[in-house]
Amino acid sequence: MTAIQLLKKSPASARVGMIIIVFNLLVMMLAPVIAPYPETEVVGDVWVNSSAENLLGTDQLGRDMLTRLVYGARNTITIALFITLISFTVGATCGFLAATLKGWTDQVISRMVDIIMAFPTLIFALMVLSVLGTSIPVLIVVIAILDSTRVYRLARAVAMDIEVMDFIEVARLRGEKLWWIMRREILPNAMPPLIAEFGLRFCFVFLFISALSFLGLGIQPPTADWGSMVRENAGAITFGILTPLYPAAAIAVLTIGVNLVVDWFLHQSSQLRSH
Amino acid sequence: MKTNTSIILRRLGLGVVTLLVISILIFVGVEALPGDLAEAVLGQSATPETVEAFRKELKLDLPPHVRYFSWLGSFLRGDFGTSLANGRPIADLIGWRFSNTLFLAGITALISIPFAVGLGILAALYRNTLFDRSISIGTLSAISFPEFFVAYILIAIFSVQLTMFPSMSNIGPQMTLLQKIHAVALPCLTLTLVVMAHMMRMTRAAIINVLTSPFIEMARLKGLSWRRVILHHAFPNALSPIINVVVLNLAYLVVGVVVVEVVFVYPGLGQLLVDSVAKRDIPVVQASGLIFAFTYVFLNLTADILSTLSNPRLRNPK
Amino acid sequence: MSVLKTLEELFVKGAISRREFISRTAALGLLAAVSPSLLPGPAGAETPQKGGRLRLGVSGGSTTDSLDPAAITDIMMQLLIYGQLGNSLVEIDHENKPVPELAESWEASPDAKEWTFRLRKGVEFHNGKTMDADDVIFSINHHRGEESKSAAKAIVKAITDVRKDDKNTVTFILEDGNADFPYIMSDYHLCIMPAGGDVQAGIFTGAYALKDFEPGVRAFAVRNPNFFKPDRGHFDEVETIAISDVNARTNALKTGQIDVMNRCERKTVHLLERTPNLQILRQDGFKHYTFAMQCDMKPYENNDVRLALKYAIDREQMVKTILRGYGTVGNDHPVSSANRFYAKDLPQRQYDPDKAKFHLKKSGLKDAKFRLHTAEAAFVGAVDAGVLYREQASKAGIDIEVVREPNDGYWSNVWLKKEWCAVFWGGRVTEDMMLSTAYAAGAPWNDTSWNNKRFNELLVSARAELDEAKRRNMYAEMQQLIRDDGGVVVPMFAADLAAATDKLGHGPLAVNWELDGFRGPERWWFKS
Repeated sequence: MTAIQLLKKSPASARVGMIIIVFNLLVMMLAPVIAPYPETEVVGDVWVNSSAENLLGTDQLGRDMLTRLVYGARNTITIALFITLISFTVGATCGFLAATLKGWTDQVISRMVDIIMAFPTLIFALMVLSVLGTSIPVLIVVIAILDSTRVYRLARAVAMDIEVMDFIEVARLRGEKLWWIMRREILPNAMPPLIAEFGLRFCFVFLFISALSFLGLGIQPPTADWGSMVRENAGAITFGILTPLYPAAAIAVLTIGVNLVVDWFLHQSSQLRSH
Repeated sequence: MKTNTSIILRRLGLGVVTLLVISILIFVGVEALPGDLAEAVLGQSATPETVEAFRKELKLDLPPHVRYFSWLGSFLRGDFGTSLANGRPIADLIGWRFSNTLFLAGITALISIPFAVGLGILAALYRNTLFDRSISIGTLSAISFPEFFVAYILIAIFSVQLTMFPSMSNIGPQMTLLQKIHAVALPCLTLTLVVMAHMMRMTRAAIINVLTSPFIEMARLKGLSWRRVILHHAFPNALSPIINVVVLNLAYLVVGVVVVEVVFVYPGLGQLLVDSVAKRDIPVVQASGLIFAFTYVFLNLTADILSTLSNPRLRNPK
Repeated sequence: MSVLKTLEELFVKGAISRREFISRTAALGLLAAVSPSLLPGPAGAETPQKGGRLRLGVSGGSTTDSLDPAAITDIMMQLLIYGQLGNSLVEIDHENKPVPELAESWEASPDAKEWTFRLRKGVEFHNGKTMDADDVIFSINHHRGEESKSAAKAIVKAITDVRKDDKNTVTFILEDGNADFPYIMSDYHLCIMPAGGDVQAGIFTGAYALKDFEPGVRAFAVRNPNFFKPDRGHFDEVETIAISDVNARTNALKTGQIDVMNRCERKTVHLLERTPNLQILRQDGFKHYTFAMQCDMKPYENNDVRLALKYAIDREQMVKTILRGYGTVGNDHPVSSANRFYAKDLPQRQYDPDKAKFHLKKSGLKDAKFRLHTAEAAFVGAVDAGVLYREQASKAGIDIEVVREPNDGYWSNVWLKKEWCAVFWGGRVTEDMMLSTAYAAGAPWNDTSWNNKRFNELLVSARAELDEAKRRNMYAEMQQLIRDDGGVVVPMFAADLAAATDKLGHGPLAVNWELDGFRGPERWWFKS
């Protein structure tokens, strides 16, 4: 089945998901063209209601909300994508290795992961980020490492179940190399739960960045990012001001979009293998 | 069965080693943070002379390894020590806060786990129907909102508008169980919304994954109903990833809820850890950090044992 | 008259706030026609009522708090120890004047080096002991000496000796003359405790006696029946609850779970003000926010650079945006209009991009990037203020890079260390305390490393000067020196904002500390 045929057969929900993703990607790439104002310019009073000049009103400093959202898409999605990709590559590889090799490899990696996971995240983040600083590459690596421990546990658990299957034994007897087994036998069979996890992890990154800004760590101002935008405007919701809902909704819509597509993949992969 | 016992014993031993390593890491970590207790407690009133006197009295001027081993020595004898900042016994500080933390985590787990797993099974059963999609979208939106924001929205609705539940959950020893449950309703609801989606989606994905296995096809060919196939054949075989994600979320409910504690003024252990890290009160950080680490190691071990037991092929390794 | 009727109806229904009602009727010139029951009585004329439980929700509580007055560093303990449980020798009234508290009267030697305090007789501690000179000496010595780890160590350093003249008279001997010594004795650390007692016991002389205390969570105190001020301490019980999240405080107040909250969120206080049955307690005091440049570090050793940055900030917009109007503009010196010797004739510095450009050019600095270190921990809104400053300075061609530092460790890691950073100053009741703390050469908290010979001489001579008129001139000159030569940008003075149920009664609010000089629990009451 070619990609186009697949797309044609895709259910409406998956199409909605894809439209959302493509829309976000377009906004990301065209940010300077779409945004009505420069990223950091103060254009009006604080928390102005939506008007012709400011379609979504203004934020806590009087910057145009729509502009901040558009630039926020650009900054946040790129970072989230990097983090998730790194954490999945690292986490899944280590998890598969541990499950197939067992013994010492498994013990060493698992105990290290145990230590990182059992270590209070707050102290970990504080330690690393206040020693190494909060430049964006450091931020990406730190969050990716923290995230990869979660991926590792899942990947290892799933791979353990697959590893005892007969077809792995057959492959082993055939004399296949470790790498081949991991890539051709374990990965495809472990894909569905991993992809489901991917959809969620991707959106957790936004929330993690927002939690870091709670500690004064995270992305440097005045760069716009959705997580911090929710945080900075959150107090207004108690008084019925909708401003903080916009960035939160942006995260929610993207999350739903990504997961609609993920669901379709899940469905697709289970059908493909059963036929 | 003998091998199982020895595996568990070995894991327990490793758990102890993990905790020891973590205690060293916490110590080194807090030491490495800029500033010390004297400066942090005095804040803007920290003149050099005052800081000097402070350090001397609390023995902060001793080399770090001496302080670590003297702490470890008394810790192993069961003496948690006293807080450097206010001289109170750490056991007093931690005891009731930890039981509060467990109370909130327990109630939330009681509600969210059956609910999430049940919804996950239903979603797998009726997958790709409107029902599946709406709970999927509902739970996804709930987790896309940062938890403090979910909390603010719930407060705005349930305590400011409807005045059903209090916005502050400062529970005390004089309250009855029912009063306590009423007081923690909103933090509990917030946390339920936060952890549900993850568990629910993983349950659904794990079951759908198992559905492609040959034995399910066999069961289907035998003419069993979907309901029976999923509940009796698919679900038991999908348990391993489900247990893992449930345990992860349980650990989160104990260890990671400091933001919810702050928003609802709930006297839990997270707040204590944050305060003592900010003040560099190392014995308190150590004690609360280790309780968190222990909770995690313990839950993790439980998860591993349960997944081993749930997978017949893992149960009897060749 | 129909306009007035409408307004009255709106107000009675709760659709507009009391403040709004009064200001709108006043604007129409109709105030005299309003039915008297709708207006608050003239300030101070209301008779305080006894009774009730006051529930305070305050920030600044920590699980590391202790009842030792030497360890007070934040609002929860200030409000508990100084505001409810204890008293010091001198009290500061709402006009910022020292008035007798545990001391009945005091006098200075002509050189202001020896101060004799006569103690009030018959004051009882919560444990029943009667207060005398030994207790005062014990309490002050608790903060003095090599071994002291008191937060007030620097404040009492100038005391070289304490002498007991008789059972009820104590004399303090100072290193150098200090005309403001009574102000020092009003400090919240210097609460009087029984001699030889446990400093952590919470035993003092105050309006309320401690019943229960859980650090960082809650404190509970009940009225002291033997309190020595007959006209104070009106509540039966006072409950102090630590609520560190400002939104949690706001919600607790809105839902009636607490009666008073401190430190309202400035972003939303104008919305809170419109809520029925609530009142905003505003105090324009000494609190100010600064951007401190280290005058011994590049490029800030050049006064033209400093002036360029001072002209590049729009103070009006800062007050409007960061303080939401709840504050006043600063004039690049730390003396507030609430201080006694505020130089009101000193011209206000204005936002002037052209002058900023001129000074930058004169300094010879090209393509400079100024790194401004900031964090929410510096003051609420500090990061936003930095970003706003950056936008304003860019209009003068000045490039500011805002660096957000971690909240954790800001005061030990960034403040006094980085070349330019955002700073919070609670301010001081006297000019001398403020200037000696942060602007005298060599002072440990001189966060601008400023060293001006004329200023340093003036500071010492003004301190011992008992002639008010001469002193006023000296302080005026010092304010001008800081403004034109100092390393500090002072964009704004922030008002203290608390909110309370409108059932709470109070007189004119003191400005020395927030919540009526921390003394709300002692001074306020519930209206019947």
